[in-house]
Amino acid sequence: MADYVKFTEDMKKTHTILVPDMLPVHFRLIIAIFTAEGYKMHLLQNDSRRVVDEGLKNVHNDACYPALLVIGQFMDALNSGKFDPDKTALLITQTGGGCRASNYIYLLRKAVARNYPQIPVVSLNFSGLEKDSAFRITPLMFVKMLYAVVYGDLLMSCYNKCRAYEIKKGESKKILNKWQNRICNMFRKKSNMYLRLEKISKDILDDFAKIPLTDEKKIRVGIVGEIYVKYSPLANNHLEDFLISEGCEPVVPALLEFVMYCAAGNFNDADLYDNHTKSSFLNLAGYRLIYSIQKRMRRIMEKQGSFEPFHDFEHLRSLADKYINQGVVMGEGWLIPAEMAALAKSGVDNIICTQPFGCLPNHIVAKGMSRAIKQDNPDANIVAIDYDPGATRVNQENRIKLMLANARK
Amino acid sequence: MENYSLGIDIGSTTVKTVVTDVNSNIVYSKYQRHLSKVRETVKDQLKIIQADYPNERFTVCITGSAGLGLANSAQIPFVQEVHAAFLAVKKKYPDADAVIELGGEDAKIIFLTGGVEQRMNGSCAGGTGAFIDQMATLLGISADELDKLSLRANKVYPIASRCGVFAKSDIQPLLNQGAGREDIAASIFQAVVDQTVSGLAQGRTIEGKVLFLGGPLFFLKGLKKAFVNTLGLDGEHALFPDEAPVFVAYGCSLYAANSEDTLTVGQIISRIDGAKISDSIVTGEPLFKSQAEYDEFIARHRKFDLGYADIRKYKGDAYLGIDAGSTTTKLVLITDDGRILYHHYSSNQGQPLDKIAEQLKIIYENLTPDIQIKGSAVTGYGEDLIKSGLMIDCGIVETVAHFKAAAYFCPDVDFIIDIGGQDIKCFKIKNGTIDSIMLNEACSSGCGSFIQTFAMALGYDIAEFSQLGLFARHPVDLGSRCTVFMNSSVKQAQKDGATVEDISAGLSSSIIKNAIYKVIRANSPDELGKNIVVQGGTFLNDAVLRSFEKEMGRNVIRPAISGLMGAFGCALYAKERSEGSSTLISAQELENFTYTSRSAQCGGCTANCQLNIISFGRGRRFISGNRCEKGGGQARRNNIPNLYEYKYSSIVSLGKSNQPKRPRARVGLPLALSFYEQMPFWNTLFCELGFETVFSDESSRQMYYLGQHTIPSDTVCYPAKLTHGHIENLLDKGVDFIFYPCMSYNIDEGQSDNHFNCPVVAYYPELLLANNPRLNDKNFIHPYLDLNNKKNVIRVLSGSLKKYNIKGKIPDAVHLAYRAAKAYRRDAAVKAAEIIRQARAENRKIIVLAGRPYHIDKEINHGIQKLITSLGMAVVTEDSVAMLAGTPDLKVLNQWTYHARLYRAANFVASQPDMQLVQLVSFGCGIDAVTSDEVRSVLESRGKLYTQLKIDEINNLGAARIRLRSLAAAAEQK
Repeated sequence: MADYVKFTEDMKKTHTILVPDMLPVHFRLIIAIFTAEGYKMHLLQNDSRRVVDEGLKNVHNDACYPALLVIGQFMDALNSGKFDPDKTALLITQTGGGCRASNYIYLLRKAVARNYPQIPVVSLNFSGLEKDSAFRITPLMFVKMLYAVVYGDLLMSCYNKCRAYEIKKGESKKILNKWQNRICNMFRKKSNMYLRLEKISKDILDDFAKIPLTDEKKIRVGIVGEIYVKYSPLANNHLEDFLISEGCEPVVPALLEFVMYCAAGNFNDADLYDNHTKSSFLNLAGYRLIYSIQKRMRRIMEKQGSFEPFHDFEHLRSLADKYINQGVVMGEGWLIPAEMAALAKSGVDNIICTQPFGCLPNHIVAKGMSRAIKQDNPDANIVAIDYDPGATRVNQENRIKLMLANARK
Repeated sequence: MENYSLGIDIGSTTVKTVVTDVNSNIVYSKYQRHLSKVRETVKDQLKIIQADYPNERFTVCITGSAGLGLANSAQIPFVQEVHAAFLAVKKKYPDADAVIELGGEDAKIIFLTGGVEQRMNGSCAGGTGAFIDQMATLLGISADELDKLSLRANKVYPIASRCGVFAKSDIQPLLNQGAGREDIAASIFQAVVDQTVSGLAQGRTIEGKVLFLGGPLFFLKGLKKAFVNTLGLDGEHALFPDEAPVFVAYGCSLYAANSEDTLTVGQIISRIDGAKISDSIVTGEPLFKSQAEYDEFIARHRKFDLGYADIRKYKGDAYLGIDAGSTTTKLVLITDDGRILYHHYSSNQGQPLDKIAEQLKIIYENLTPDIQIKGSAVTGYGEDLIKSGLMIDCGIVETVAHFKAAAYFCPDVDFIIDIGGQDIKCFKIKNGTIDSIMLNEACSSGCGSFIQTFAMALGYDIAEFSQLGLFARHPVDLGSRCTVFMNSSVKQAQKDGATVEDISAGLSSSIIKNAIYKVIRANSPDELGKNIVVQGGTFLNDAVLRSFEKEMGRNVIRPAISGLMGAFGCALYAKERSEGSSTLISAQELENFTYTSRSAQCGGCTANCQLNIISFGRGRRFISGNRCEKGGGQARRNNIPNLYEYKYSSIVSLGKSNQPKRPRARVGLPLALSFYEQMPFWNTLFCELGFETVFSDESSRQMYYLGQHTIPSDTVCYPAKLTHGHIENLLDKGVDFIFYPCMSYNIDEGQSDNHFNCPVVAYYPELLLANNPRLNDKNFIHPYLDLNNKKNVIRVLSGSLKKYNIKGKIPDAVHLAYRAAKAYRRDAAVKAAEIIRQARAENRKIIVLAGRPYHIDKEINHGIQKLITSLGMAVVTEDSVAMLAGTPDLKVLNQWTYHARLYRAANFVASQPDMQLVQLVSFGCGIDAVTSDEVRSVLESRGKLYTQLKIDEINNLGAARIRLRSLAAAAEQK
């Protein structure tokens, strides 16, 4: 593998690390964790057409849309002149696995090397890749990040629910901001406040529950799909906002499910292929820890009573088994059919499956499984929407409107 | 006063209005093309209604793909168009079972009985009505004339049905080869039908009473006929309602009737007037800020022109150059010193031979006895046809012709970009030879002809249309993907109120962005070098030229004969090669020149090529459609070795040996995807275990159709789609079970970061099981296993085959299976070495045709290897040379076994002076988006050419032939 610029110890002090806008709610919390460790980070929000144009310039056109957008967003930000290229680094998540997504970081490095050869690209991963980087996740940071995901999920799901029904516009957003700030503060301080899952979660739930809501009956629309397109408003043309403007309630599954899916995939593969390693045992242990936290969260939500708890992950796994083997672990793998089935079972019959145009795993796990899921859940109303630099919003919205017309019948 | 309801349907090309009375009867309706002036057309129609109903009150609703924005901003209710159609059908034809509606750019199916379902085409399977218009333009006729032609057809050619662009690249060469226009017309309609039936129905059968809606299905008899025949409907079951064109508007007015709010037509008009134009469109800078800037630009480009000579006064030698392009015909006659005596540029209207013969007649009429034509040359898609028809001296590859012409204007040219009707060709020049060639892929062929079709759709002539864009103040940003996507970008811009001027300028810039970022894949102007020559008919368009200069940030050379460069290059070449006389058809022969064409099937081998035979009289004929020289009517024997054929036949013939006498069961093994490499393993394993192995039959288009109804994703690669047919085939053979393992990992060859399969190869069995209702857990065994771990394979198989009680036999069988797999790979490598030796002895060039193991399937590679051998070069595969070199320095993660071989093969080729690499890429292979750039840079860093051939279900090798010949010509020069 060719040489690339390393992120060194001194850069921690001098460099600002740019972060792509992938999960608006969660990433703010995660940045606070890094700030606490002395890193300087900046969450990118640029989303003009230039982002796409820069992506097209710098990435092969047939590469997937998420890669194109993430790289385009970085290049657009760097070209804006707001960041000193000698004091800037870029952060990108890296998952590994048989999907093309494993190559994002390399494609980004290729693009950066051509235009800003001095800028290092750091990898955010939990598989011990790129050990020679001074950008390291300590065990403490790992635990904090786990909690950031858990709190982020809670905020995202309460916010989506309340926002769709709030009587006074903007009230849910206020509560969201308030709690984002509070949790960020907890991560920044040296204390272990954030570990008080029960107390904090209950306060969050109570706060959101106080928002006066209409008692209209709205169509609930589940959003599943490729991880970046599913969560990033930049990629999905502000899908959640669109659904709310159409009088629907968006239901977005939790990010923690994806985290657990990754861990489960690892030890499950070890079983399938008789290849037990240290890593697979660690993943099993990690999975158990995370699952126990999820169980606690579900209990808290049940007890508080105002909001629907997240899908139990073991329940998701058993739903997946009806349609597909858990050995399908590239991309979002078996998680997509499992989430679709779980949504349909819990009365969210209308499901949008977001995917980059030509996404390889989604041929199998999304479009490929729709028929089987519809057969078991005759009321399921699933539409696959492709996202792509050339796909127009009107085309996407028209297809979503057709799905909604079906839903309203 | 009684209330009326008004439905307004604003589609991508038309506006329809319907007024219904309280009893839901249609009292008024109108159907009209809006030529992108959406708002004006709606208002015009409303004013007509207003005249009849000045004071009446209406409930109103808007529907249609272009109506959404207007409805929102005018605060008029909106209903999704498929839903509107549904309401109308329920009211008028309650006993219909299914509805098929084709609109300007959408295709829809509604299933009414057996579970209501409404479907629309995805974003890829674009045009239908617009597609037909585009094809009619291609033939130079109107849609009505196309319809009339189709009714006289004798045969139907297979045309790719998935996407408009693909279909176009199938049709174009048929035209150029002289296929009958009647037959092509019918084939176009059949393609629309196939697209609708396979792309939308996806496994659901269309049966019972079927209602056909939308403009195209109302106006076009040939299309109706094709639908009725394909679906096997009789008069009673195929319903074509009189109100079909306005049916959706009717449904829309029914929906409106439920509303409480009423308005007068005057109020509706003022709401539409008051609607704000949304500001969501992205615009770019104007092309020219002032007239002065434009004048400077014109003056600068005027400098690059040729001299002219009068054909009636000139005395001396002359040379003829012809460029028979995909959509246009170009022809020049030059003097000894390069002055132009005669030139011609026109659309070939699908009849290149007639056009050129006609021009030649004009030349002969004007020719004085003082002029001798001493040589002639032809290039382009129609090269072979023209050459044999008009007895031209020589034919040359387009790339060579263009380079010759460009060097005439700019001897130290670094980069040439040519945008023609259907192709974009770019060459980098180094040391006076072509250094690398880039051509557009089948998918992005929205080039010159695209603007033209668009101009016509909007009611303009091409020159007028592009002129409009020059001073547009806010050119729309339309993205840079393929035609189909551009269509919907334009639709969106129209919806948002962009002017025709802005759209025209936007289209010019899209074409340029497409060329720079998709074809050239440039990151900065410096990569292209200092001296850039642009040419091709499309660059005659000042807006396109200016967009290019703006995007590149530098001035370029556009010769005034930009559109004629190919022909000019030919003339120059003819001059170089001239031996004092020309074989060109004489004036007298030309006077009596006629030809007839007929079709036939070649029986030379199992490929059964569809031949098109054109006879020119006196025994002269031209045959096209053949892949190899066998069908070409020339009995030249060709023994150039070819590893593709060897590997293929050794896999296919496997099933015939070592079958057990009394098998315990029959196991079906599909000839698809991973099996193309692992068949020796599985065949040996099952035979050793006492099973009879049954392979699916060899792939063919029919095999694809057999499984087409079970394909859930129309954008997956063709090799995967074919698998569906193989499964059906095995089920039809009555096997006891089909065995098809899932494998995240492929074989670890120790040379890469990891050894995955791509997601499609790894998990396709899951998709097959979920989408083919004939499969179940009993007759479809698809265990997860890792071939790198023998123990794992043994354990997994013992579980999967438990019911046969053969646990004890498995370890030995697995052992032998591994041996067989290894032997097969070794045998292929030995054969490759032999081929290379033989080629070297015969002083032939060797092509490493680098793809995946499954590319040896004839239906997937379309016989490209034969095309290469017919050019005199030997062919080996990527896997047979990969082990001869290490992994080169890569900038990407090298984690797929099949793809890792590509890098090593490229590394090997780079070290061999007599080898070149051609990469085969299946359309839709996302992983090749990563590999192709890397393979290119491995090759180019060592001075090799990179050639990529994108293949899909398209069965036409015209473009591939040009690329391969260019490669051969360029390799020759190096």
